[in-house]
Amino acid sequence: MPEIKVTPLGAGQDVGRSCILVSIAGKNVMLDCGMHMGYNDDRRFPDFSYITQNGRLTDFLDCVIISHFHLDHCGALPYFSEMVGYDGPIYMTHPTKAICPILLEDYRKITVDKKGETNFFTSQMIKDCMKKVVAVHLHQTVQVDEELEIKAYYAGHVLGAAMFQIKVGCESVVYTGDYNMTPDRHLGAAWIDKCRPDLLITESTYATTIRDSKRCRERDFLKKVHETVERGGKVLIPVFALGRAQELCILLETFWERMNLKAPIYFSTGLTEKANHYYKLFITWTNQKIRKTFVQRNMFEFKHIKAFDRAFADNPGPMVVFATPGMLHAGQSLQIFRKWAGNEKNMVIMPGYCVQGTVGHKILSGQRKLEMEGRQILEVKMQVEYMSFSAHADAKGIMQLIRQAEPRNVLLVHGEAKKMEFLKQKIEQEFHVNCYMPANGETTTILTNPSIPVDISLGLLKRETAIGLLPDVKKPKLMHGTLIMKDNSFRLVSPEQALKELGLAEHQLRFTCRVHIQDPRKEHETVLRVYNHLKGVLKDYSVQHLPDGSITVESILIQATAHSEDQGTKVLLVSWTYQDEELGSYLTSLLKKGLPQSTA
Amino acid sequence: FFQYCLSGHPTLPCNVLKFKSTTIMLDCGLDMTSTLNFLPLPLVQSPRLSKLPGWVLKDGSTFLDKELKECSGHVFVDSVPEFCLPETELLDLSTVDVILISNYHCMMALPYITEYTGFTGTVYATEPTVQIGRLLMEELVNSIERVPKAQSASMWKNKEVQRLLPAPLKDAVEVSMWRKCYTMPEVNSALSKIQLVGYSQKIELFGAVQVTPLSSGYALGSSNWIIQSHYEKVSYVSGSSLLTTHPQPMDQASLKNSDVLILTGLTQIPTANPDGMVGEFCSNLAMTVRNGGNVLVPCYPSGVIYDLLECLYQYIDSAGLTNVPFYFISPVANSSLEFSQIFAEWLCHNKQTKVYLPEPPFPHAELIQTNKLKHYPSIHGDFSNDFKQPCVVFTGHPSLRFGDVVHFMELWGKSSLNTVIFTEPDFSYLDALAPYQPLAMKCVYCPIDTRLNFIQVSKLLKEVQPLHVVCPEQYTQPPPTQSHRTDLMIDCQPPPMSYRRAEVLTLPYKRRYEKIEIMPELADSLVPLEIKPGISLATVSAVLHTKDNKHVLQLPPKPPQPPASKKRKRVSDDVPECKPLKPLLSGSIPVDQFVQTLEKHGFSDVKVEDTAKGHIVLLQEAETLIQIEEDSTHIICDNDEPLRVKLRDLVLKFLQKF
Repeated sequence: MPEIKVTPLGAGQDVGRSCILVSIAGKNVMLDCGMHMGYNDDRRFPDFSYITQNGRLTDFLDCVIISHFHLDHCGALPYFSEMVGYDGPIYMTHPTKAICPILLEDYRKITVDKKGETNFFTSQMIKDCMKKVVAVHLHQTVQVDEELEIKAYYAGHVLGAAMFQIKVGCESVVYTGDYNMTPDRHLGAAWIDKCRPDLLITESTYATTIRDSKRCRERDFLKKVHETVERGGKVLIPVFALGRAQELCILLETFWERMNLKAPIYFSTGLTEKANHYYKLFITWTNQKIRKTFVQRNMFEFKHIKAFDRAFADNPGPMVVFATPGMLHAGQSLQIFRKWAGNEKNMVIMPGYCVQGTVGHKILSGQRKLEMEGRQILEVKMQVEYMSFSAHADAKGIMQLIRQAEPRNVLLVHGEAKKMEFLKQKIEQEFHVNCYMPANGETTTILTNPSIPVDISLGLLKRETAIGLLPDVKKPKLMHGTLIMKDNSFRLVSPEQALKELGLAEHQLRFTCRVHIQDPRKEHETVLRVYNHLKGVLKDYSVQHLPDGSITVESILIQATAHSEDQGTKVLLVSWTYQDEELGSYLTSLLKKGLPQSTA
Repeated sequence: FFQYCLSGHPTLPCNVLKFKSTTIMLDCGLDMTSTLNFLPLPLVQSPRLSKLPGWVLKDGSTFLDKELKECSGHVFVDSVPEFCLPETELLDLSTVDVILISNYHCMMALPYITEYTGFTGTVYATEPTVQIGRLLMEELVNSIERVPKAQSASMWKNKEVQRLLPAPLKDAVEVSMWRKCYTMPEVNSALSKIQLVGYSQKIELFGAVQVTPLSSGYALGSSNWIIQSHYEKVSYVSGSSLLTTHPQPMDQASLKNSDVLILTGLTQIPTANPDGMVGEFCSNLAMTVRNGGNVLVPCYPSGVIYDLLECLYQYIDSAGLTNVPFYFISPVANSSLEFSQIFAEWLCHNKQTKVYLPEPPFPHAELIQTNKLKHYPSIHGDFSNDFKQPCVVFTGHPSLRFGDVVHFMELWGKSSLNTVIFTEPDFSYLDALAPYQPLAMKCVYCPIDTRLNFIQVSKLLKEVQPLHVVCPEQYTQPPPTQSHRTDLMIDCQPPPMSYRRAEVLTLPYKRRYEKIEIMPELADSLVPLEIKPGISLATVSAVLHTKDNKHVLQLPPKPPQPPASKKRKRVSDDVPECKPLKPLLSGSIPVDQFVQTLEKHGFSDVKVEDTAKGHIVLLQEAETLIQIEEDSTHIICDNDEPLRVKLRDLVLKFLQKF
């Protein structure tokens, strides 16, 4: 029985270092190649020895697919391709291909330059790795090889994020990456057609959350920022340079304009302008409204938002600062946080998910005394707010996607085990499909039951459809054909054609039965009575009385002769071929019962 | 499989393909050469044009002098310009299921089709095609609507009258079908019926046909289309280019193994080399400006203009043109320049990689930033304040019949310092200039048409090897003006099938197979038998389900349990249902073994007689006779069903079933 095997090397009952191995119809595909923000040791990357213990990555994998540019989905890529060694194709969308190397370089700098780690991938390795990337368009069917094809669907979430369909023959898997089922201020909603995959691998970050309307959250966010600024406080918003940052910038920009506010808004890294430039050039990936109006007003040209200088952090008075990275685990956002944390007038707004081990995660879980480097204790007096702006589908969205794609099985990744458990039950209840949630290194096997495509000769098909194929449940019509299997081709042809192709002659098997009937009338009168009788009984059949005195029922021939000895007995010769066996046999038994009394 | 040919213009095609019960329209090009018969529409009242004399017939009758005006020996219709539509009578266009668009120039008739024929289907096109197509339509509508013309001439169209007119009006075809321009609401409604597609996207039509757009290399988002079922493949090649300009290169490999390749949209200037023309364009432009003259470039708002601006970007400084202003005037100039920068995914590799930096793919962004290139929606407003001469103006329409270009022709035509450079190949430049004669201005003809020429076509056909080629009749003979150039036609084997406007072509296919799916349960129940080495057979009896043109074979349902009660039934209840035919039989029966088998089964009085063709086996007691020949067996017996069935089964043991 054909099967699909799935083994998460990362993101199995966890968020971080997404990396999922899929084996489908003899093809091996790796979905994402991410890093884990919560670890600084070996565990930050997926354990590729799972593959390499049996040989080279390139020999094992047919391709690698990257769903979007977030580091927990692509952060291990240069390590994987250049240090472990992979030379096959890596697929991602154009915006991902454009932005991914920048974030990788950023990540490398923080790790090597700031933390002083050695034995990490180099800038050159990032470049060499990106040379192996093949960019794909949305909805384009990419033929990886003769059998394996992949197709990208829009996923929302961040610029260029995509869901991928992986298909071999009639078996298919859809991997969602991270996605968002509701459009936001700069991106559209994820969309997929009813592609009925054998397996849907979906993220489940917000498996148990049903978020209130986006509008409410936005109003809430603006209110909190506004109040803090009004009372002279400073607002820190840790973000990743690309993605949520742009959405919140659009939000604040329009609010500042409308309310005519004067407090400065800063964006922390040099990446900002560059990041906004990517949004301008890839505007076709943003939402309908931005795309429609970009000629008149490009939403990514901000008037109120200026570049941040680290000296500004000590300026008196209110301000709003967007700083990277988003989980307060390093860099500028952490520096500013340390400066502002002691003042209760200030506020930090965490607009996205934080993985365990990060400062972001600690303050969100209520910790107010933080142990920093050098045993220093930082007391957090500033207000800490969490506003879920991270663009993941919530429980409702995940269910909606399943409804759209109609998978035969669902597998959850990229979430916490407890929450997954809850969602798994819900999915199994509502859709009556199996739902799996393997841990890292654990293999899930899904049996598929693909139907077998064969070539049917048009002659045979037309013959069958000509009979009329009204869907009649009570009387389904059977078709008869011969399947010729030669090499790898399967052809269904009519039996006649099969014989002909194989150079065989048909052997005709014919039966002729003598049926004795008591009827003193003349021969032709007997025939007429037989004819009328059959006509009466076999209403659905073609019964004919031929000029030569014989009767046919379909292709069965009936002739009458007088009995040589007994004039009162007539002998009916019923003759049919083996193909008419049922009807022939029926006729003889029918006639054996004799003719009904003449109604005349 | 039929092809209905609705347009006679080889580069503005409109064909309808009937393919496996779907009706597919391939492009809907609008032939605008008809506008050359009309007087230009000036933005500002032109004394010269309004003073043109009315046309008088040879016999002195003047009844047409309001409709027709004469200028330097040519006669023009003084009316709102009209376009020649695709044929609408050849078939009922409301039956068209889908329209496939290959590039933005080939969709200009779309509103006429979608809004006036009862069309209810879907249109498929790439995003750049739709966006730029919209810009072209917007510009067209705008330039005609902003010059309201009271008069609408129709008398000259009368067949009897038309006969009397001088050429080319006399020979104009289908004038009764000519129509005025559509309106913006019609454009919006037409465009709302488009569904966006990407290259290599497989689109299923009713489960029967799959269509796929492929990059054609000619313009932003331009596509060729594959129309295929499991067994037939039609390639529709329309407006393709092998030159490296800004669009993504042409995808040739996917055109292989076509049964039929429909070839349209080849270069209109097969003798001109586009690179040479660009060089001439630059040098003529530089020379004029250096001499203090102005340069007018009649053009479309998208397409070749991007390449020209890029050339100028590299050329300006070396040619000492740093301080010469370049103006691009069109109601959609800004949109066109902006849109060109956001379609990185549809651009050639070099331009694509720029976006990764991130930098705008086209250098005209820099020309705009440095104020070397300025764009305006029209000559009114800001432009009149900024306007400095000498300068270079890019504006439309290339027919010189409407748009801002009319104003510049009137303004600059009288001075021999100025030059008009024709780069668009769609209109004869002499015809375009006719209503402006006499003209002092210099005219330079540098047509830039990057579409395939005949040498490239012959290479392409050798490469992709279609079984049959179908093309407009113009491509099967040398151009009328160069009848000795037999190299300027398609040369392939078998010779191409040609079509002309209003013709219906039967396309040559032989279809013998269809795809069908065998459900896993049924597949499990099959018993394959190896007949010859490497060839196995299995007889299949199954229920055929057909839905959405997809065929599936399922296991037949289990026969219902015979009713337990033995109630007497009416005779007709026993009538066998229309069961499937029994399998065919093959093989032969060795008489000796057969007789042995009979004896083993208790027949003791078996007697064998030889006949000319075989044997007769007699069972004397049962009055039964079995004729056995090479390819047939005939059992003749009394009405003794158990006996017959027993004999039947014994015979079957020796035969193979099919």
